[in-house]
Amino acid sequence: MAVEERDEHTGYLTTGHEWNGIKELNRPVPTVIWLFLTTAFLAALACWILLPAWPLGNTYTRGLLKADQRQRVTEEIAEAASKRSASVARIESMPFDEIRSDPDLMRNVIETGRTLFGDNCAACHGKTGHGGPGFPSLADNAWLWGGDADAVAETIRIGINSDHPETRTSQMLAFGHDGLLDRESILNVVAYVRSLSDPASAQGHPEAVSAGEKVFASSCAACHGKDGGGNTAMGAPNLTDQFWIYGGDEESIFSTLTYGRKGHMPQWESRLTPVQRKILALYVAGLGNGKEK
Amino acid sequence: MVSTLTKNERHFAFIISVSVAMCGLVMAAAGRNDLLGTHGFIVFFFALGVTFILARGYYDPEPGDERFSAYYDEPIKAGIILAMSWAVFAMFVGDWVAWLLAYPELTFDEPWASFGRLRPVHTTGIIFGFGGNALIATLFHVMQRTARARMPDQLSPWFVLIGYNLFCVLAVTGYPLGITQSKEYAEPEWYADIWLVIVWVTYLALYLRTLARRQEPHIYVANWYFLAFILVVAVLHIVNNLALPISLSSAKSFPIFSGVQDAMTQWWYGHNAVAFFLTAGFLGMMYYYLPTRAKRPIFSYRLSIISFWGITFLYMWAGSHHLHYTALPQWVQTLGMSFSLMLLVPSWASAGNALLTLNGAWHRVRDDATLRFMMVAAVFYGVSTFEGSFLAIRPVNSLSHYTDWTIGHVHAGALGWVALITFGAIYSLVPILWKRDRIYSPALVEVHFWLALAGTLIYVFAMWNSGIVQGLMWRTYTASGTLAYSFMDSVVAMHPYYIARAIGGLLFLVGTVIGFYNIWMTIRTPINIPRDLASDHPVTEHAGAPAAEPAE
Ligand code: HEM
Ligand code: HEM
Repeated sequence: MAVEERDEHTGYLTTGHEWNGIKELNRPVPTVIWLFLTTAFLAALACWILLPAWPLGNTYTRGLLKADQRQRVTEEIAEAASKRSASVARIESMPFDEIRSDPDLMRNVIETGRTLFGDNCAACHGKTGHGGPGFPSLADNAWLWGGDADAVAETIRIGINSDHPETRTSQMLAFGHDGLLDRESILNVVAYVRSLSDPASAQGHPEAVSAGEKVFASSCAACHGKDGGGNTAMGAPNLTDQFWIYGGDEESIFSTLTYGRKGHMPQWESRLTPVQRKILALYVAGLGNGKEK
Repeated sequence: MVSTLTKNERHFAFIISVSVAMCGLVMAAAGRNDLLGTHGFIVFFFALGVTFILARGYYDPEPGDERFSAYYDEPIKAGIILAMSWAVFAMFVGDWVAWLLAYPELTFDEPWASFGRLRPVHTTGIIFGFGGNALIATLFHVMQRTARARMPDQLSPWFVLIGYNLFCVLAVTGYPLGITQSKEYAEPEWYADIWLVIVWVTYLALYLRTLARRQEPHIYVANWYFLAFILVVAVLHIVNNLALPISLSSAKSFPIFSGVQDAMTQWWYGHNAVAFFLTAGFLGMMYYYLPTRAKRPIFSYRLSIISFWGITFLYMWAGSHHLHYTALPQWVQTLGMSFSLMLLVPSWASAGNALLTLNGAWHRVRDDATLRFMMVAAVFYGVSTFEGSFLAIRPVNSLSHYTDWTIGHVHAGALGWVALITFGAIYSLVPILWKRDRIYSPALVEVHFWLALAGTLIYVFAMWNSGIVQGLMWRTYTASGTLAYSFMDSVVAMHPYYIARAIGGLLFLVGTVIGFYNIWMTIRTPINIPRDLASDHPVTEHAGAPAAEPAE
């Protein structure tokens, strides 16, 4: 029952079909569509002629350009590496001090170091290297294992308590949990340790502080030093400064003494090249305003 | 619901839901040491709920033969309510994850609230929950109207609708628990996939049976798209989900393909899910509701033919543009790129056919927000397909891939096209189904329109900006030949855009909630059958005897 009608608005006939009131105009496909389709097909054809495109059994059409994404990326990587090679070679061969006294090379180190640090270290040490609870600040001149570039480079290479065979190892014992000290001794030594960096905190309980001093001498001084100044040979932190990894308030120190601490830093020898590690060492050592300790 | 089923159908429905409940119990028992057990209980209680509803209406009077002189619209109504509920839910989760990207610490330290688990709740909830239910509902409406035939029975549409929603529930409850196949848009595990196959085959059968009963000599364009949608999605779903469970008492399975073959299968699926779920299905919707609302004939029948075959043929080849510069052989990438370029022609032809159909009805577009929803949807369809073909060009993709540009493209299509065309269709359909002369408040439709448009624009512009900034930051080198920015720098740079996107999403969500309210209030106003619905019934003379046997 196809009855064509003329649409008044456009003047075209309908196809004569109707579905619940819907009709369709019997209008030819606009020429622009054919043009568009032809152009698109020609563009596709050009792709097929120029680039690898159609499978042929075990192989495929290679295309006139002989493009090969694998080869291309290998070349691009080699090209980028050769662009960097001059500065890389210098950084690799020069000692830290010499690099530092070369402003051009140093600019390169800081630029590269910032992104290397952002991509590899910032997750724990923070974007600016200021650390966070459990992760030491690298910008504060307080160093567990030494803050000169050589020591930092070594820490980066082997990590701390890591899976590297030469790893730096250190551990703060769980004095309370393992029953090495009773609760009272712990409270006393906490008072003493706080007084080292904050003499005002000693006020009001001098007995606890002096009792704590004795405990410190017998149980803590072996690692942290007689005066609590720390020992970078064994990664024992200085307790007399204002820098704390796990917090310097009474509660945090109490918990450190009770449960112990054993922080972990991964080794980077298998993940970063020697030059990258050298750059990072320079960058990190320079975070605390360039002052080394 | 139950009162429209015949005695026989109620009987079968009862058997089905009790069997599903039993399956749930078996899953719960077999998987008691696994997350499968949790899903077993969900299946069990879901089926128990359905059984309970059935039991309550079991002895209601049977529908009489007068039902054959009307279309079967009950499941369509339920489908619309479900679609809107999923929309509110999944857009809420979408906005949640949008805020999560701006403030990643908002996870309450709970595993279920992590971005990786909530994100698929959004994508599945919105694509399958909202999009799928809207497609099922409008398709049931369009196929009956354009065939001028009532659905062959009352049970199978309910089976399809409820069964499909069981699948969606299993999917979105699984992710927060940690159940996933890790294939994007195909995350649900093997047992949910098997269930969907059963539902989908019933869907196809129902569609074909209705079409076979048609009283119109020709099949309308919308139906070509709907049929392509059902058929292709069935094939995609089955092939991409071929997997072996590690044991029948575990939720975990592994795909039978591996490596780059698996990746290619996944993106052949992924891209054609976009093509046949998010595009073909909604084009079917557009081809019915846009001309009926505009009261204009389709611009060109011949253009419809070209577009349809162009889209169905070309899309199939384009999936590899999701794997540019990967281990996938380069020749496959070239094919994906070239077919994506050609795909622009039928895509724009469809968008153009829709927009040109409005010639002679632009005054309606101006006055009627419902029609304007559909007009703007067609524009966004044009925008997102142009963008898609552009992104498929390898050098362009090397900038855009892995960036928010993809997310911007997705939502230009998803918000601008899929959601807007659906709102337009639902606003047209609700008064027809519930026999009201108009929607409760045209002013609120207007408000919804502007909120949705503003939300979409804010979202898409924010992501275009952030995507391009991100892409450029990742490829900027210093004079010394090393990367200028760390990844973290680019994350920090995204922060303002992420806030803008979350605000855009919030506007969109508020619009949806208003829309739902408006629909709800329309349903609650008293019936007043509009005159032009007088002919809204099937042709009955030749409709034949009612189907004797239920669908399964
Ligand atoms: C209130 C509105 C919406 C908001 C706020 C929203 C937000 C989001 C967010 C934040 C993501 C994750 C992006 C990322 O991983 O970087 C996302 C992904 C996605 N959304 Fe939405 N969305 C909304 C509506 C929709 C709608 C209506 C649809 C579909 C019809 C949709 C489909 C998707 C898809 C497919 C993805 C995954 C994209 C990909 O993997 O490339 N969204 N959405
Ligand atoms: C001619 C039509 C289209 C073409 C050629 C096309 C092409 C593309 C390309 C090249 C990508 C990016 C792949 C990547 O870099 O990872 C993409 C992603 C995407 N597109 Fe389209 N697109 C088209 C239309 C649409 C439409 C209309 C929608 C939605 C309604 C859509 C939804 C998506 C989604 C969801 C993704 C993200 C996939 C993922 O999760 O990674 N596309 N599309």
